[in-house]
Amino acid sequence: MVPGMVALAAGLVLGLQLAWPWLRLAGAALGLAGLVWLVSQGAPALLVGAGDYARVSPGAGFWCLLVVLALLMADALSNLSPGPFTRAGLLAVVLALLALLLQSGVLSDLSIMQEYASRQDAFRDATLRHLGLAFGSLATAAAIGLPLGIVCHRRAGLRRALLPILSFMQTIPSLAMFGIMIPLLGWVGDAVPGAKAIGIAGIGFAPAFLALVLYSLLPVVANMIAGLQSTPPAAREAARGMGMTEWQRLIRVELPLGLPVILAGLRIVLVQNIGLAVIAGLIGGGGFGTFVFQGLNQTATDLILLGALPTVALALVSAIVMDILVELTRPIPEHTP
Amino acid sequence: MIEIEQITKLYDGLPAVDSVSMTVDTATITVIVGTSGSGKTTLLRMINRLVEPSSGEVRINGTPTGTLAKHVLRRRIGYAIQGHGLFPHYTVARNIAAVPELLGWPKEKINARVDELLDLFSMEPEQFRDRYPAELSGGQQQRVGVARALASRPDLLLMDEPFGALDPIIRARAQEDLRRIQQALGSTIMLVTHDMEEAMHLGDRVAVMDEGRLVQHGTPAEIVLRPATDFVAEMVGGVERPLRLLSLIPVSEIVEEGSAEGDALAADTSLRDALSTCLWSGRDAVPVVQDGVPMGRVTLDAIRAQAKGQR
Repeated sequence: MVPGMVALAAGLVLGLQLAWPWLRLAGAALGLAGLVWLVSQGAPALLVGAGDYARVSPGAGFWCLLVVLALLMADALSNLSPGPFTRAGLLAVVLALLALLLQSGVLSDLSIMQEYASRQDAFRDATLRHLGLAFGSLATAAAIGLPLGIVCHRRAGLRRALLPILSFMQTIPSLAMFGIMIPLLGWVGDAVPGAKAIGIAGIGFAPAFLALVLYSLLPVVANMIAGLQSTPPAAREAARGMGMTEWQRLIRVELPLGLPVILAGLRIVLVQNIGLAVIAGLIGGGGFGTFVFQGLNQTATDLILLGALPTVALALVSAIVMDILVELTRPIPEHTP
Repeated sequence: MIEIEQITKLYDGLPAVDSVSMTVDTATITVIVGTSGSGKTTLLRMINRLVEPSSGEVRINGTPTGTLAKHVLRRRIGYAIQGHGLFPHYTVARNIAAVPELLGWPKEKINARVDELLDLFSMEPEQFRDRYPAELSGGQQQRVGVARALASRPDLLLMDEPFGALDPIIRARAQEDLRRIQQALGSTIMLVTHDMEEAMHLGDRVAVMDEGRLVQHGTPAEIVLRPATDFVAEMVGGVERPLRLLSLIPVSEIVEEGSAEGDALAADTSLRDALSTCLWSGRDAVPVVQDGVPMGRVTLDAIRAQAKGQR
């Protein structure tokens, strides 16, 4: 007990000083270590002689402290504003520590880990399915949306017609969207020969995937257009006047200058789809949503967490990685002589 | 030689440029001047076909522009615009190298050309080559813009209000640079401006546009002495005409034998500046020197005789 409490207290005290953000970061890390140590020590102690079906899960105090320490860490990091490579390094260290912690078995007495232990195969399938839904729909939306954005950029008429339609699709509530897909794809599965054989049906992966792609199109197309149009008008005029073809203007000027905005669109889509893919669990689409809805039906909080925590972690990691990419593709270095 | 023949641009049936013909000699600067909406920019943009003429023809050294693909034509014509239009994600060197790269010049030839141009524009290559446009002053950006337009040794350089965004002192320096570089390279330049002062100062020939028509095309002195229409007279600036006329003549043209008191003027000083010196220092005559050697003097009476319109 004592070393954990000391580490937690020391971490919070370090976090209170304002002068050195590095020290605050270290404080947050120390506090988190203390918190994890307390949880890992507490669980076995509470389970002694409590019977086979007893479960221990962290209480409100744990979650509150976790939030406080995470905020402390985020604040310290934003004060330090590390470069893209430092951030990638920090992310790798955090992920490695997390993997080590989960592998080591010190937390295996916690209820969420026990739920995991009894569902390892299902968890692996759900992870793959969730990644497939989120990244697959992103790739498909990019393959359709990026060329569409280029065409819209060149033709104002098409742009005026298409963007309102995509905006309208974005306003359909996600549950309703998944609902619409069921009769639609059900009909396609029945009517089109061979459609059923490749997995197109009213429920399952296909409708969830399609709904995610439709949701993704607006951010992808809109950011592609915004990115391409961010070229200064004088630079575009000069490119035309010096004899660049349309293709050369796109490749040499408009795309490199718009890349950060275009990637920001993909980042929005990725994070949005990782979250939305949870709803796919409702229509048999698989993914972490399966655990969430099972947990909701059985009022089993640990099962809900088994679906929710990996989703949050995945979304966070994706957002950080995409932010790093956006920064690395900024076309004009930020140094001055 | 650039020959423009009966060129017209109609927008919704109304002429923006109305049947303009003119000839521009090689290695001269022609300044197209007019108010906004006079069609001067449209005329310029029809030469590199950024605007497609409704009728008429432009020939560059005998080749009609309509016979070439647009991008091929434009690579043969330099183009510099107001606000420079540099690519913000390219270094100075890559900006200048843009057209030679499109033309597929070998790397060494491009690098040598970039350094040569930077030298010509008094920008130390070592220091400026790898900078980005955002790291330059307005005057430097504008110089890089003109250097980029000249990089492939084009047959013709088109400039659309190239100095419009510069403050007066930097603008005067940029105009001097352009004159010097045009003489060094023997470039043919067509420049659009709304500023008659700039037109008088830079142009070997001045073309005045009004409501889509070319109303007068001649040397600066002709424009001042014999304005073809009231509009041209107004552009030249009514009461300022004698002063404009004096600004076109160097003192070396009316220098006479004799001596005078006080500080001397250089031989290439304009009569307008000489008049100014006389009035300011209260003298009737000022000595003139060429390269430090006394040439004679210029008198207030002689200046006054020059300022009188020849009519």
